[in-house]
Amino acid sequence: MEDNVLRKQPARMPTEVLHEVDTSSHTPTFSQERSIASIRQPDERLVGDVGEPLNERLYRRMRFIRGFEEEILALFDSGLLNGTTHACIGQEADAVGVVEHLRPTDHVFSNHRCHGHFLARTGDAFGLLSEILGKPSGVCGGIGGSQHISAPGFKSNGILGGTVPAAAGIALANQLAGGDDLSVVFVGDGMLGEGIVYETLNIASLWHLPLLVVVENNGWAQSTPSSLHLAGAISSRFAAFGIAVDEVDTTDVLVIRKLAGEITERQRQQGGPAALVIHTYRLCHHSRNDDNRPRDEVLQRWKLDPLRVHGERLTDARRDHIDLEVDSALRDLVAQGLRP
Amino acid sequence: MIFARALRHSLRYALETNDRVILLGEDIADPYGGAFKITQGLSTDFPERVRTTPISEAAITGIASGLALAGYRPIVEIMFGDFLGLCFDQIINHISKYEAMYNGGVTCPVIIRSPSGGGRGYGPTHSQSLEKHFIGIPHLRTVAASLYHDTRQVFDALLKQTSPVLYVEHKLLYPLHVFDRDDKRLGIATVNYVGSPGEMPTLSIDLVPREQSVATVVAYGYQAEVARRVIERLALESELFAELLVPAQIAPLDWKPIEESVAATGALVVVEEGTARWSWGSEIAAEIGSRLFGSLRHPITLVSSRADVIPSSRELEAEVLISEDRIEQALRAVAR
Repeated sequence: MEDNVLRKQPARMPTEVLHEVDTSSHTPTFSQERSIASIRQPDERLVGDVGEPLNERLYRRMRFIRGFEEEILALFDSGLLNGTTHACIGQEADAVGVVEHLRPTDHVFSNHRCHGHFLARTGDAFGLLSEILGKPSGVCGGIGGSQHISAPGFKSNGILGGTVPAAAGIALANQLAGGDDLSVVFVGDGMLGEGIVYETLNIASLWHLPLLVVVENNGWAQSTPSSLHLAGAISSRFAAFGIAVDEVDTTDVLVIRKLAGEITERQRQQGGPAALVIHTYRLCHHSRNDDNRPRDEVLQRWKLDPLRVHGERLTDARRDHIDLEVDSALRDLVAQGLRP
Repeated sequence: MIFARALRHSLRYALETNDRVILLGEDIADPYGGAFKITQGLSTDFPERVRTTPISEAAITGIASGLALAGYRPIVEIMFGDFLGLCFDQIINHISKYEAMYNGGVTCPVIIRSPSGGGRGYGPTHSQSLEKHFIGIPHLRTVAASLYHDTRQVFDALLKQTSPVLYVEHKLLYPLHVFDRDDKRLGIATVNYVGSPGEMPTLSIDLVPREQSVATVVAYGYQAEVARRVIERLALESELFAELLVPAQIAPLDWKPIEESVAATGALVVVEEGTARWSWGSEIAAEIGSRLFGSLRHPITLVSSRADVIPSSRELEAEVLISEDRIEQALRAVAR
């Protein structure tokens, strides 16, 4: 695995090809999918420049997602946003670590907490901000809002678990096309209460579909702790269907990245479904101002903040430099987004 | 040719002519070939594209949505229309939403076929016509099989457009002979296309010029055939004439042919097998009542099944379901 997946890319590239891949051998599956007019160059201050060292790029991308979520929450607090949002603060390493390994021809299905997955996948911060602001320049023209977003190779929907069969259908399309493209679906522990997830796991295993289910277990289904909503072990659910499952309890992006790389590589070679269970934590509220979790528990988990865990690998100077760049890019972004 | 065979031929033709067509459903593979034998022989000839599935209606509908998002043309068989309840979330919150909520960035052209309707004594959960619960869903087309619409043409049209489709097939249609399109007469009636250009076809079946008819009858699926028999009998026995309109697509509806016919006949009877109240007929009554207020001779009449559980017992089932008698009573009342 090449350390820097961006290295071979030209300096300026459309969001679709954020990651290095030789697409010549792949038939584009999404023939129905119109390319979205609003595709923009991702800001290199947010997604990293060509040749940026791996650790810096990973930090930058997590910092980008964190900063974006904080801007969104601030915009809500100032009354500039309509509706609701579900921030992924604390879970950034999952999105960045997994999406690193995906190609433009792979597909990601996400859920209500989708900003991190979307930004890691596309880098299109302006498209997402505009979408959440309800503007025509948003990735879905302001119709989808925070939790129903779409871009080439990416979709999210706000109905828990209902996205899993759609992701399996895309995996079936990939299988029929004969290539080694993957379909990835991000779910949370709360979604494991939905029956359709298990119907789909059964079929994905029977049909050997190239589907990767990433479970972000943050221990809380909205306001309900796992002790009240989740019986048995998460990994057993996949094992019961004969689906290979890897499990990791970490907020370290390097650990997640390495494991996800091994899983996706194995899937591309051998086909078939796989599950990656990441035990993590949501450092913010579920949506907005709705956090009744024990304060001590949340405070303890801040010690494992993925930005802190990985940030320690950078020199103070480099980290500060990246923070500065990301913050300035986000400031520009918000100013641009709020422009009438 | 009987309808079951016409439908099988249409599906085979779709598989042969479009390599993006994929059939999913429970027990649809050979040698069983589906609970109603509609897919018999297809999995033998198209093993990769005709797949029998576990008993998981929600998941297979969802998998079809993923296939459709990826450019395939999945056709799902839901063994009994009653089981559509299990697919409801996938239809209302996923399949019918994608194109609109992603602002046209994708399409999700799933076709869901569903054997529906009563009259075979299958009882409360295997006899219903649940389409009334789907026809109000924005961005979903609901199409009803009939003996008069050319099934292959209908599937051709559905596979060319990109909206998701619920295709309801009344079980009692399967053993009946389909109308031969080359013969413009059906019994003693004349058959004409009256739909608007670009819309799925509506057929007019009449015995006399519409101005001499006492009413317009609108019906779909198997009940259209029941209504046709009643209309033919009343014409022969009592010289009471009505024009029958049979839309292929029941929602959204092409209003123009109905409006034009009712404007001429002055009366409307809507026939459907679904339960009474909050129904297809209610919506047609509201729309046509509004469009033709003041020019109706008689209040719009809705004929439907009783809003009740459909019993298994032959006698009790007949009491609940719509019948020839009730259609006849409605027409005689309008004619008075």
